[in-house]
Amino acid sequence: MDSGKVITADKLTKKFGGFTAVDHISFEVNRGEIFGFLGANGAGKTTAMRMLSGLSLPTSGKATVAGFDVYKENEKIKRNIGYMSQKFSLYEDLTIRENIQFYAGIYGKSNKFIKDKTELVLQQLHLKSEADKLVKSLPLGWKQKLAFSVAIFHEPKLVFLDEPTGGVDPVTRREFWQLIYQAAASGITVFVTTHYMDEAEYCSRVSIMVDGRIDALDTPSGLKKTFNASSMDEVFLKLARKATRAAD
Amino acid sequence: MAILDNSKDAATISITEQIEASRYFEVEKSIHSAKDIEAIFKQGKVKLAVVFPQHFNEDLQHFNKAQVQLIADASDPNVANTLNNYASAIIMDYQNRITHDRKMPYTIVPEMRMLYNPELKGAYNFVPGVMAMVLLLVCTMMTAITIVREKEMGTMEVTLVSPMKPFRIVMAKAVPYFLLSSVNITSILLLSVYVLNVPINGSLVLLVAESLLFTLVSLSLGLLISSKAESQQTAMFISLVGMFLPTVMLSGFMFPVENMPWPLRTVSNIVPAKWYYTIVRSVMIKGVGLHAVWKETLVLTGMLVFFLGLAIKNFKIRLA
Repeated sequence: MDSGKVITADKLTKKFGGFTAVDHISFEVNRGEIFGFLGANGAGKTTAMRMLSGLSLPTSGKATVAGFDVYKENEKIKRNIGYMSQKFSLYEDLTIRENIQFYAGIYGKSNKFIKDKTELVLQQLHLKSEADKLVKSLPLGWKQKLAFSVAIFHEPKLVFLDEPTGGVDPVTRREFWQLIYQAAASGITVFVTTHYMDEAEYCSRVSIMVDGRIDALDTPSGLKKTFNASSMDEVFLKLARKATRAAD
Repeated sequence: MAILDNSKDAATISITEQIEASRYFEVEKSIHSAKDIEAIFKQGKVKLAVVFPQHFNEDLQHFNKAQVQLIADASDPNVANTLNNYASAIIMDYQNRITHDRKMPYTIVPEMRMLYNPELKGAYNFVPGVMAMVLLLVCTMMTAITIVREKEMGTMEVTLVSPMKPFRIVMAKAVPYFLLSSVNITSILLLSVYVLNVPINGSLVLLVAESLLFTLVSLSLGLLISSKAESQQTAMFISLVGMFLPTVMLSGFMFPVENMPWPLRTVSNIVPAKWYYTIVRSVMIKGVGLHAVWKETLVLTGMLVFFLGLAIKNFKIRLA
């Protein structure tokens, strides 16, 4: 496989009974790219992401992640990816430091690696003085930034972010995107779903899912040109209006 | 029940027939010496033995008075009491009938003996019951809730995306509750021996081993519930209604299973606590060994394999 491609999906499909959540999607994601995965609620974004991260088996189609097959090599995939779920998913009853140590530990990192990198991450997030406080006590924006740092702590090739900035204020969102850029610059490919169209503008390339299919895939400027729109918002509205599926 | 008839005369045979005819008793077998009584009680099939002394009828005819001994398995005091009452009533009934047309009344004096628990102490009954309840509560409910809680929080999903094997995650969640249960078993046993004066007549090793087996059954039930339930409330509800209530009602701890109508008796067989309760009572109070409780042990082992297998299978399906 081409080493420049981190994800390849070919006619990837997921059916739940008679309902086709993801309908023959095909796309590729390049190394170091920030790939925006857009779509209305219920369009199938999370299902697609769960298939790629090895949480759910596809019904049909082919896909590789970090060079490994999603059917047979999902254990190898798991070692090479990070994942940040839609829900905030750190242990609220553990301290910031304990959370970092726990998640690094389950990825099998050495104690020395964990110790050194924890200090680095805490410094980066300006959380050094708070390190031994419970995660519960942090404001949401900080929690999300911490969750992201935890997701890329074990230095994966690829990180999946499922609506990472939901409910976060604009200032923190901007800071969050700075973290994403830093990660991308260090060679981590970022696969992100979002509802915010201004965030879509930050992505290298954007795909828009409607009713389980990918209806558009291009750079943000390319999409605006194709759809004769002045902003991503307009592009999205033009596409989403065609949706027949009820939003959840 | 069993009947030891040392007299075999008209009166004893008539009473035996009446006992057999009543719907409360099933005469398992007749025994021939006092030594056999201990042995059949330990087997657990017999809950009451009626012993007629020699020359029962002669005594009755000559002295107008005779004695009969009722020996009950009082490791369950409720059952023992009920059985004694029924048997006494049948004997009284016979006594009244033969007295009917005579001026001098016959008296048959039933002498009761409560085997294993002469004082009919309630503690003998509720210690095994409480053990079953506490273990079930801690293991099933807590395990179910703790895993479902992680599902709700979203931490489970992130852990599942990691290279950790689901089996290891589940085991890691179960181990603390297993240890906690061991502490519980120890403290209940210490309390019952030193505070409630309930003896451990059987082998302590066997009792602990059986308790750990029951703990594992409860844990696997908890895992099974957690693999199905999506919210903590659901998990709690299933654990309470599906586990806790049957344990209290159907294990024999509150109400003797023998007295229940057959549908409930059938249902009680799938309640793990019923088997465990029987084992604890037999080992702790009666002091019997594995040879007397191997059947119950086998049932619990079967349940463990079944529930654990189902729980692990469900976890895998969820990930597919």
